[in-house]
Amino acid sequence: MTTTTAPAPVAVQKRKDRSGPWLSLLAWVVGILFVLPVVWMVLTSLHSEADAATNPPAVFAPLNLEGYREFFSGGATPWPPLLNSLTASVVSTALVLLLSFPAAYALSIKPVRKWTDVLFFFLSTKMLPVVAGLLPLYLFAQQAGLLDNIWLLIVFYTSMNLPIAVWMMRSFLSEVPVEMLEAASMDGAGLVKTLRSVIAPVVMPGIAATALICFIFSWNELLFARVLTATVAETAPVFLTSFVTSQGLFLAQLCAAAFVVSLPVLVAGFAAQDKLVQGLSLGSVK
Amino acid sequence: MSGVRVRTVLTASAALLLLPGCAGWGGTSGGSGGANSIDVLMVNNPQMIDLQRLTADNFTKQTGIGVNFTVLPENDVRDKISQEFSSQAGQYDVASLSNFEIPIYAKSKWIAPLDDYVAADPTFDQADILPPMTKSLTADDGKLYGEPFYGESSFLMYRKDVLDAAGIQMPAKPTWQQVADIAAQVDGKQPGMRGICLRGQPGWGQIFAPLTTVVNTFGGTWFDKDWNAQVDAPAFEQATQFYVDLVRAHGEIGAPQAGFTECLNNLIQGNVAMWYDATSAAGSLEAADSPVKGKIGYAAAPVVQTASSGWLYAWSWSIQQASKKKENAWKFISWASSRQYEELVGSQLGWSKVPAGKRSSTYQNANYLQEASAFAKPTEDAISSADPRNPGVQPRPALGIQFVDIPEFTDLGTQVSQYVSSAIAGQMSVDEALKRGQRLADDVAERYRSRQNG
Amino acid sequence: MTSVAEKTDQGAAPAPAGAAGVARRAAGWARRAPLLPALVFMIIVTQLPFVATLVISFMDWNAYYPDERGFAGFDNFRRVFTDVNMRDAVWTTILLTAGVVLISIILGLGIALLLDRKFRGRGAVRTMMIAPFLVVPVAAALLWKHALYNPEYGLFNGALTWVWKLFGSDNPPQPDWISNMPLWSVIFALVWQWTPFMMLILLAGLQGRPLDVVEAARIDGASGWTLPHLRQYLELGALLGSIYIVQNFDAVFTITSGGLGTANLPYTIYQIFYQAHDYGRASAAAVVVVIGTIIIATFALRTVSSLFKEDSGR
Repeated sequence: MTTTTAPAPVAVQKRKDRSGPWLSLLAWVVGILFVLPVVWMVLTSLHSEADAATNPPAVFAPLNLEGYREFFSGGATPWPPLLNSLTASVVSTALVLLLSFPAAYALSIKPVRKWTDVLFFFLSTKMLPVVAGLLPLYLFAQQAGLLDNIWLLIVFYTSMNLPIAVWMMRSFLSEVPVEMLEAASMDGAGLVKTLRSVIAPVVMPGIAATALICFIFSWNELLFARVLTATVAETAPVFLTSFVTSQGLFLAQLCAAAFVVSLPVLVAGFAAQDKLVQGLSLGSVK
Repeated sequence: MSGVRVRTVLTASAALLLLPGCAGWGGTSGGSGGANSIDVLMVNNPQMIDLQRLTADNFTKQTGIGVNFTVLPENDVRDKISQEFSSQAGQYDVASLSNFEIPIYAKSKWIAPLDDYVAADPTFDQADILPPMTKSLTADDGKLYGEPFYGESSFLMYRKDVLDAAGIQMPAKPTWQQVADIAAQVDGKQPGMRGICLRGQPGWGQIFAPLTTVVNTFGGTWFDKDWNAQVDAPAFEQATQFYVDLVRAHGEIGAPQAGFTECLNNLIQGNVAMWYDATSAAGSLEAADSPVKGKIGYAAAPVVQTASSGWLYAWSWSIQQASKKKENAWKFISWASSRQYEELVGSQLGWSKVPAGKRSSTYQNANYLQEASAFAKPTEDAISSADPRNPGVQPRPALGIQFVDIPEFTDLGTQVSQYVSSAIAGQMSVDEALKRGQRLADDVAERYRSRQNG
Repeated sequence: MTSVAEKTDQGAAPAPAGAAGVARRAAGWARRAPLLPALVFMIIVTQLPFVATLVISFMDWNAYYPDERGFAGFDNFRRVFTDVNMRDAVWTTILLTAGVVLISIILGLGIALLLDRKFRGRGAVRTMMIAPFLVVPVAAALLWKHALYNPEYGLFNGALTWVWKLFGSDNPPQPDWISNMPLWSVIFALVWQWTPFMMLILLAGLQGRPLDVVEAARIDGASGWTLPHLRQYLELGALLGSIYIVQNFDAVFTITSGGLGTANLPYTIYQIFYQAHDYGRASAAAVVVVIGTIIIATFALRTVSSLFKEDSGR
């Protein structure tokens, strides 16, 4: 890709500036509209139950930690589910990276024949309605004594995220300049050295983006966790649903629970949002 | 650089794997007795949440048996329970089943009979349990398969003050036409207050609980005794049309989505003047912090052709047949459904939170009666007058007042309820809804007819 | 500089005979080896359950009647095709997916264009925009159902009441959002969650624009809309979004419990499994869905899209 150094004409710059402030305002309005439900969720979690369920909304009602108290010291303790989610997400993401990196290598840098067919196969595994695979998996797990075991979830989450990871990593790896690879091999560099000095710097943001996406999708998964776990391996989203009771008010507790359960993903996403954009731009499409 | 990062990730993963002992972080939160502990799967109603809170300090401390709970909303828990019990997975020892599932599961041999445990446990006092409850938890083979945790029937709740202000007197045993007339009269008398709240949310256990009782008392039924579907018969149609018209004319906003919780909120917040629903709602209405405490009157479930029409429902405990800790499971059930537990709740959490509706001793307890004076007698009357074998004007092929006790009913009832809900939303006529429902019901009935004949 | 992608096709020359052939085949296996762990893992974990599903689809298996289990031939498939609920579910799935994907792409595009410029607080706006995607989906669905849509105490009707009060009226419209427009309620909740995702992809595409193309367009008087270049990013967004939304279960289950005509395919299959306990029929439905999706996907990806084209170099 060539770069250009032609400066933009001044007249064009001026024309753009007049509509500038309005566009900025519009961007702010849109941003606020989108984040409003999240802000409302946090605000509601800090009200008492009665205040949370009023019409018109009691925006300035006194702040109250009742919702969080219910969540942390109500009937059940939230720490085991949160830890289970963390374990399942982190370990499955590590496994995904471990499996997808070599696979992507074999589809881009030193590609096999028919790499498009292989990619298509990976993608097609995401087309089976997950719900349908539930029963055979449940019966198998029951026979193998693997019900309520976090390892089963880890294996499942790995298979859930592997196709997307392979796809993304393949694109990132195909960004690696061939000239540098050829130069490295002519210098006699082995596989490890090539990986470390040529490939890694280019691909690191991509790996981070892939890891983030896999972590998010694993953390969020509900259906399989609910079916395949019981008391020992219960995950955070399942725990969250236990706050929707069919009797009595529950909005403040629910918002508190929703906020706490979403917190790790929110934090990870905000912290790494640059990586996310960078990773997505560098290579999801070729 | 990348090597260090890889190493950190691997060590972190290893740590996360080894620490929980490989299967997960949850489990015996009840402290000692890891091998002694039992797993309980239950619905997240307030009475169950209270139970969860009180177990560690009372039951576990007394017996040394730890209890692990999984608590889920009603729709979710029913699905998980049926998956668990149909495959006999053995993940849970005790589950909160209702008098709907228990006879069915008993027939399929998924739960254990309790007669021997009851006989060996005199402190439990089975005779104290209200007879309709025991009857509904006994399967066709005559054995008892469950113990109620709290029971309910249905009655009509209304704002005494609002009706008095309008000069209306509610009869003790009203008819549905009287109720409809009163709803029309009080509708809008107070700003933002509608006449009545009736469930409209899809679900065999949501809208069809009250609606089936209305059908019963109008002279209709889902199936006649020869397993002919009667969903589009005149009586069923008349009842459904009446219900839908009443809700659309004087019912709550958001009726097609309104279940028990929404109507409870509506009555508490003063958005409706009357509510026909479960007797267990009274506990929340008369709670100390309820804005309508002391303002609610209670009348018997409205009737047309029958003497009574209240339903019968009990969240109960059963032991899974595949459980390997049945003794401990029985100890838990025996404690949770005991008179002593009721007294514990009464003294520690308040008498309005007692899981009532199962023992006659509850209705003779002075402390409870003082707190629940408004609704204790109507509740006891409603439960005692319910007959699960003969709720309508004609004989039935299966048990059940507000449901038909066959496994297909959950799917059938839910699907037809979606049509009726659409009718309430004005998207479909009652006629069309019931015509579709008849087709589905006939599908189910056909199999039963062939089993009967074949 | 050329990148690896442009040299991809040169990997496969026909194998010459003899010793050179053996060496080449060994090299071929060396290339395949890194791929094998992932491939084998996926085959075991996804294809085996699919085969099991296929087998069950030919059985008459209802969990409540274990004695009546047996071979059913094509009975289940016949019931799937004649069942009006299944046909409705297919239609609902198509509407839901198309609605969510199209709307979120258009919105995402607009917002990406807005964020493409530099202005004060741009980072903050981008952070705000990402937030919806990061909320756990079931939490988001519960939030929309109970805290926003609820006609008695949800935020929307609350806002309407407040606005009407400003004008002195005590009679605000309090529509029952979910009952009046059930499918649209689900669509809006999903659009809220997925627009950030589309926006990120399209923003990445906009910011990766080669400058000379932009300058050329600007000098020519165009306003910077370089759609042909964005096409691949749009297709990527549409593809990924469709894959995930076709499978969506949490939102439908939570917001409407599949009622009022919002039951999509995953929900309907779930219902047959868990409420009717008719394992044979549910499996048959799943098999039909897989075959249908693969046919559509093959057509879409191989012929229409540029994503899989062999010569995707620029």
